[in-house]
This record gives sequence, structure tokens and C-alpha cells, in this order.
Amino acid sequence: MVIAIGFEGSANKLGVGIVRDGQIVANCRRTYITPPGQGFLPRETAEHHQQNIHAVLREALDQSGITPDMIDVVCYTKGPGMGAPLMVCAIVARTCAKLWKKPILGVNHCIGHIEMGRLITNAYNPTVLYVSGGNTQIIAYDRNKYRIFGETIDIAVGNCLDRFARVLKMSNEPSPGYNIEQAAKRGTKYFPLPYCVKGMDVSFSGILSFMEDRIDDLLQKFTPDDLCYSLQETVFAMLVEITERAMAHCGSDEVLIVGGVGCNVRLQEMMGVMCKERDARVFATDERFCIDNGVMIAWAGALAHSSGTKMDFSESTITQRYRTDDVVITWRD
Amino acid sequence: MDESEPQLLKQGAEARVYICKYLGKQTIIKERFQKKYRHPDLDIEIVKERIRNEARSILRCKYANIRTPALYLVDFERRKIYMEYLATNITVKDFVIKHGSANEHFDTIAKMIGQTLRKLHDYNIVHGDLTSSNMLIIPKVQNDGDWFDPAWLAKGQVELVMIDFGLSYIDASVEDKGVDLYVLERALLSTHSNYENLFETILEAYKTANPKGGVEETISKFEEVRARGRKRTMIG
Ligand SMILES: Nc1ncnc2c1ncn2[C@@H]1O[C@H](COP(=O)(O)OP(=O)(O)O)[C@@H](O)[C@H]1O
Ligand SMILES: [Mg+2]
Repeated sequence: MVIAIGFEGSANKLGVGIVRDGQIVANCRRTYITPPGQGFLPRETAEHHQQNIHAVLREALDQSGITPDMIDVVCYTKGPGMGAPLMVCAIVARTCAKLWKKPILGVNHCIGHIEMGRLITNAYNPTVLYVSGGNTQIIAYDRNKYRIFGETIDIAVGNCLDRFARVLKMSNEPSPGYNIEQAAKRGTKYFPLPYCVKGMDVSFSGILSFMEDRIDDLLQKFTPDDLCYSLQETVFAMLVEITERAMAHCGSDEVLIVGGVGCNVRLQEMMGVMCKERDARVFATDERFCIDNGVMIAWAGALAHSSGTKMDFSESTITQRYRTDDVVITWRD
Repeated sequence: MDESEPQLLKQGAEARVYICKYLGKQTIIKERFQKKYRHPDLDIEIVKERIRNEARSILRCKYANIRTPALYLVDFERRKIYMEYLATNITVKDFVIKHGSANEHFDTIAKMIGQTLRKLHDYNIVHGDLTSSNMLIIPKVQNDGDWFDPAWLAKGQVELVMIDFGLSYIDASVEDKGVDLYVLERALLSTHSNYENLFETILEAYKTANPKGGVEETISKFEEVRARGRKRTMIG
């Protein structure tokens, strides 16, 4: 039986989670929320994490009833992400590991999302759509790596949505993506936007600049709700299309959606319709597990730990760039 | 219409592919059926554009002497393209997986791919979806069976056929060509990770295929796009 604790803080979410043998016993989180029209910057985000990390750690320990001596491995996000916020979690994780005399393990954030999704949904060997504020990738497992079949050639889909929310001066509470999703439900008029798919790759920067350049004109003819609706319909159609292309190419009949944008119900619904047309199944999770959290780091770390992966204390650093396909997956055949 | 009852062959990435007899010939019908997940206006636009791209590029390839299935009929109303059925074929993907490492013709295939891509780009056609699923190897003389014999390669009796031109376009820029190569590299690295030199061989053949040169700009664009990909910071 493995008990693992995980610290996550690669972006504006700070999370501490604990898993005991695949059971989630704590999943605690705080989000750094910026004023409307503003994104989060590394320094302020790191400060937010510093101010909250002790309270979140306390909460996770209390909630789980786990005491430090019971823990087998201390896990933290090694990357990818923003340098300063990553560093806060790495330092606290290192301190805990030393204090509690436990091994430490750095985890790839993307692998955390994928393994969390597989744990919650029981998807067996899915094509994975990983969509978040910093990432847009189509991934499939092959020979001990999660291989990237398609990705964005410029900005991430979540980044595109967040930045458009800022153009409209929408609230960042609880998250810009959530507010766009709600607004889109009220939208009725569809406005055609640029659609850019290149094989299994996509591009979003053109759509964003197209809307930014014309925003005043557009708001004469369309409500903000209509624009959110049109944006969602367009970018999600692109994502479903490249997912389907990867499934056809790999001969796969399962899709798993992970990452913060993955809790968007409209995206899940569109993916479901596509899957039905080709006798495939879609798996997704809700905001507790989709959005960055500590459990995903704990769980991916537990898998690596159980399969014998070790990290020397001197290697317990962070890295802003850390590709999904850099990690050797020792816990799958 | 002289058309037999179509039989479903495959559900591809965006279309259903049927076989039937049309005007006495074995024919593929590629139907881009309505995708219910996307807005109907968007769906109609996309399908119209994809059918137009596919038909246009197939014709352009004929002119450039690049082997594709022959085009028989385009039916925008019913969202269908009719084309030549190449009964005996193997996709490059299946060829590499089945015969790959043991096969001494691996390099021959890679060179054919490089030369064909170069020709495409020299005629300003960008394929837009270059993967090993969208290239077929066929014997020069189609037989009745549907089996593929790698021995044909030794006798130089196979051809490389490019298919699936829905995402293609004509009058492509140098940047577009660079992206085309990048898309292929990524597809091959992920699909055939055990053959790391596959893309390198293709690229080498691509560079040297036309003695008239003029490829430097495309290659430097390709390297630029690739570097951009590696540099991108990825925040979770
Ligand atoms: N002309 C053809 N002759 C024989 N098989 C074909 C032909 N065209 C397509 N196919 C088969 O159908 C599959 C899907 O066709 P494709 O044009 O790639 O459609 P999609 O865009 O849906 O991927 C191909 O991978 C190939 O196996
Ligand atoms: Mg295809």
C-alpha cells in the first residue's frame, strides 16, 4: 500500500492532495484570482502560493487523517509551468521530505493529468485530449511513452478562451473559462470565425487576433454571449476534429479528456456525439479532478514510486519546459 | 445511374469510404457525412471546402505527374467524391509496422516519399495532413486480390499514392510547406517512434529530389517552425 502526498502550483492553482492506494483521501485547493481584464503573472502567483501553502497542507493532512510518518513518498510538480510558482511547491515539498525523512519525487504535470483521468474514469488505453490554459495536445500511449500526435502550433485553447474573456472584461471568478461557458449557453447567433486545422495540429492565435481586431464592430451586431458561443463552437469543433483524426490514425475507440478546459460540458458533449458516430466511448471528469490539483501529482508520483522510480535529492529541481513525451512510463506495459 | 449498392470499406478520419461499381469500374465513394457535433453552418462550410480542395489537388497532381486515385465524379449535394479504387494496397503506416525493421526496402519507400513530397511542393501543393495513413503503396499493375507482396518492391514494381487531400491547398507559401514537413515529422515520430531515421531519410530525399535546387528557403522555414515548437513553454 502506497500513501503519497502531492504538491501542485505550476500556474494559478495551488493544490495539495493525498492518495492511499488509489483512493483519494484529500484534495485541497486555492485559486489565485486576478481582477477582470488581467491575467496572472509569475511573481504575484508565487506570492499567492507562498501565503497559502501551509494552510492548504494543514487542511489536506487534517482532512485525510494521515500523519506524516504514514507517507511513503512526497511528490511535487517538476514542470512544465511558471518558474516562480513551481519553485514555491518544490521548496515546501523538499522541506517536508527532509523533515519527515521520506523520498522525494518530481512529477510531470501533464502526466499527472493523464493518470488522474485514467484513475477516475477507468479508461483503459484512450486517445487523450489534453486541454488547459497552457497546453493543447493529442496524446496516445505507445512503448513506454505518452506520445504527442497533435498539438497547437501557437497558443493553447485555454489561453485563447482566457484572453478573449479579458477582451470582453469578463470576471476571472471562479475562472474565465467557466464564465465563457455560461455566457455561451445564452448565445444564439452564430458568427463564422477562422477555422485552422493542420493535420492533427491546430492553431488558435489567428482566431484570437481576428476577434480582437474587430471587437468594437462585432459588439455592434452581436452580444458578448453570441461571441462566446461562436468562439466555443469553433475552437471545440477544431479539437474534436483533430481528436477524431488521431483516433482514425491510431485505430483507437476511447477518448479521455483531461486538463482545465476538459470540464467544459459543451466540449464533452461534442466529443460524445463524435464518438457515437464511430462507436467509440468518451471519458471525462469534473472540475475537482480536471482542474490542476495536488491529487494528480500524488497519484502519478505513487505510480512511479511503486514501479521503482527514484529521484536523488540533488535532482529535485524544477523546469519550465518539460514535454509529456520526455517521461519514461515505467508503470505501463 | 450505373451504380451498384455501395459497401462500407472504412470509417476514416472525417469521411466514410464505400466501394461500389460505377460505370463498370471499381470505385471508392468518399462521403463526408454531416458531423452532428459541429454547428450546421460550420459543417457545410468545412465540407464544401474539403471536397473542393480534394478535387482540385487531385487534378493538379495529375498535371504534376504525382500518383493519386483518379477522380471520377464530385457530388457537392450529397457530399461525395467518386474515385478510383486501388484494391491492392497497403498504407505506409501498416507497411512500416508489419515489414519495417526486417525489410530492406524501408529506405526505398522513404526515398519515394521524399521525392513525391518534393514534387508536390514544387507544384505549390501543400497536402495539409501528411501522415503514414494517407500514403498508399500499390503494385504498378493492380491484381484482383487485396494482398500486398513486399517482394514487388525489389523489382521496382510499386508506386506511392498520395490520398486524402481534404486539408490540402494550392499556391502555398514557403511557410505552409515548412509546416507541412513539420506535421509529417511529428506524425512519424509519434506513430513510428522505433524508426527515428525514417523522417531523416525522407527529408534527405526531399532536399535532393530536384537538382534545380530552390529548397533552402522551405527547409529553413521548416527548421524555424520546429524550433518554435521546442521553445514553447507549456504551462499546465
Ligand atoms: N482510392 C482508394 N483505394 C483504396 N483504398 C482507399 C482509397 N482511398 C481511401 N482508401 C482507404 O480509406 C481510408 C480513409 O480514406 P481517406 O481518404 O484517408 O479518408 P479520411 O479523410 O476519412 O481519413 C484510407 O486510409 C485507405 O485505407
Ligand atoms: Mg486519411
